[in-house]
Amino acid sequence: MLGEAAVLAGCRFYAGYPITPQNELPEYLSGRLPQVGGTFIQGESEIASINMIIGATAAGARAMTSSSSPGISLKQEGISYLAGMELPAVIANTMRGGPGLGNIAPSAADYFQATRGGGHGDYRTPVLAPSGCQELAEMTFLAFDIADKYRTPVMILGDGMMGQTMEPVVFPDPIDPKDLPRRDYILDGCKGREPRAIYSMILDINLMYQHNLKLLEKYEQITANETRWDTVGTDGAEIVVVAYGTAARIAESAIEELAGRGPKIGLFRPITLWPFPTKQLRSLSENVSKIAVFEFSAGQMLEDVIMSVGDRAEIYFYGVPGGIVPTPAEVAGFLSSVNSGDGKVGRRIEV
Amino acid sequence: MITRTIFSGFGGQGVLLMGYVLSHGAMLKGVNVTYFPAYGAEMRGGTANCTVTISDRKIASPVASQPDILVAMNLPSLDKFGPTVVEKGLVFINSSLVNEEPPRDDVEVVKVPTLELANEVGSERAANMVMIGAVCAKSGLLSLKETIEGMKAALKAKEKFFDLNEKGIRRGFDFINQAR
Repeated sequence: MLGEAAVLAGCRFYAGYPITPQNELPEYLSGRLPQVGGTFIQGESEIASINMIIGATAAGARAMTSSSSPGISLKQEGISYLAGMELPAVIANTMRGGPGLGNIAPSAADYFQATRGGGHGDYRTPVLAPSGCQELAEMTFLAFDIADKYRTPVMILGDGMMGQTMEPVVFPDPIDPKDLPRRDYILDGCKGREPRAIYSMILDINLMYQHNLKLLEKYEQITANETRWDTVGTDGAEIVVVAYGTAARIAESAIEELAGRGPKIGLFRPITLWPFPTKQLRSLSENVSKIAVFEFSAGQMLEDVIMSVGDRAEIYFYGVPGGIVPTPAEVAGFLSSVNSGDGKVGRRIEV
Repeated sequence: MITRTIFSGFGGQGVLLMGYVLSHGAMLKGVNVTYFPAYGAEMRGGTANCTVTISDRKIASPVASQPDILVAMNLPSLDKFGPTVVEKGLVFINSSLVNEEPPRDDVEVVKVPTLELANEVGSERAANMVMIGAVCAKSGLLSLKETIEGMKAALKAKEKFFDLNEKGIRRGFDFINQAR
């Protein structure tokens, strides 16, 4: 699904190394990309693959790689280089349980890594977190567009549940790579023009300083223009659940199961994890008494919620790490506990 | 109207394919559907299950708290999911392998001798198709035609299996209709 969306979005180069739970993606692209004149490479490693992406995007292609948690760790150096070289690329992470080699079950424990850089240096990576297959198809297009517009790597962050779930999808209209705006910085042979260079090593400290300021300005633009979020039933809600990705869908069903019993509960779903919709969550938290955070992790997005909400509302947290997928009934149990304050499910976060 | 069905059994019993057939049939019928599988790293053996949710409204969670329908292809599946089925729910049991019944009387139990019925139509490899036929016939989720269309869409290019699978689905429908 993500593979077809990428091809329709004009992606013509993929390199990656197999890892569960995302092998459906490279398997699909290995057959599909050659049909549209694209290139599919199963690299000898994750590191080789991300470096092939650097080469392909520097040469002008819409390029993508993908992996799951341990493989994404290996790609971090390359992602940092892409950020330093200001090259567009899309990286899809289908998260699994960790740390270490972990397991192959759905987890969302890479939030810190995805939103805090992961690689070295003063950079940020826009992170898109779709909650279902239709949104994933649309976000794949958006990821390539943001990457090109701001000359930055963009991460699509899903989990093993997203990787395995199937739903009917209506794809956006296809993009012909020939119709994309010409990138005036690519390395496509300097016949008839001045040679160009793309590099991330800037030894002169003043030039590096200027380069960092330029990147910072870009990140401020991205924050101003690209922050995305969704809300369900937050008007007049006393409790608001904050969850992203597939966890948000389980939370939404939990809210439906509790409808008509107890106080009104709404859902706030960050779609961009970086930039996090801080201002939007902050203004929402001024009108609710309790914020309930639910994650497939031991508590990572929680820190962004704390920074957004502060002491404007009570914050509660329910995290299920390790790859276990809770049912809506279990999340409903957490929300009932938040409402009553009995502390039986989840815990209160003291700010 | 929302119906959540859990298919569960050993890896290799065609458990996920049953869910696939139902999902594709529902999609072609034009209703909303989600398919969520859970299985180990093994190709055969181990346990496998999938949850198919069908609704005329937006489906939030692909994960079900309580299934309306359980399809238990082996005993561990019945033990694990039997207690979670909603009151007045449907429990389909593969009676070729499972002699037990769930220890509750608030669900309707349908015993389907999948292997025997599949052998009647040519091969016990069609046991899962017999079961999905029985599930669709009893629940009314898909008509016979929609189930067969769903099977063909789910298997796409593997046309050599269409004939046997269709016979299996028809046998499952007949089994339920004869019992009525």
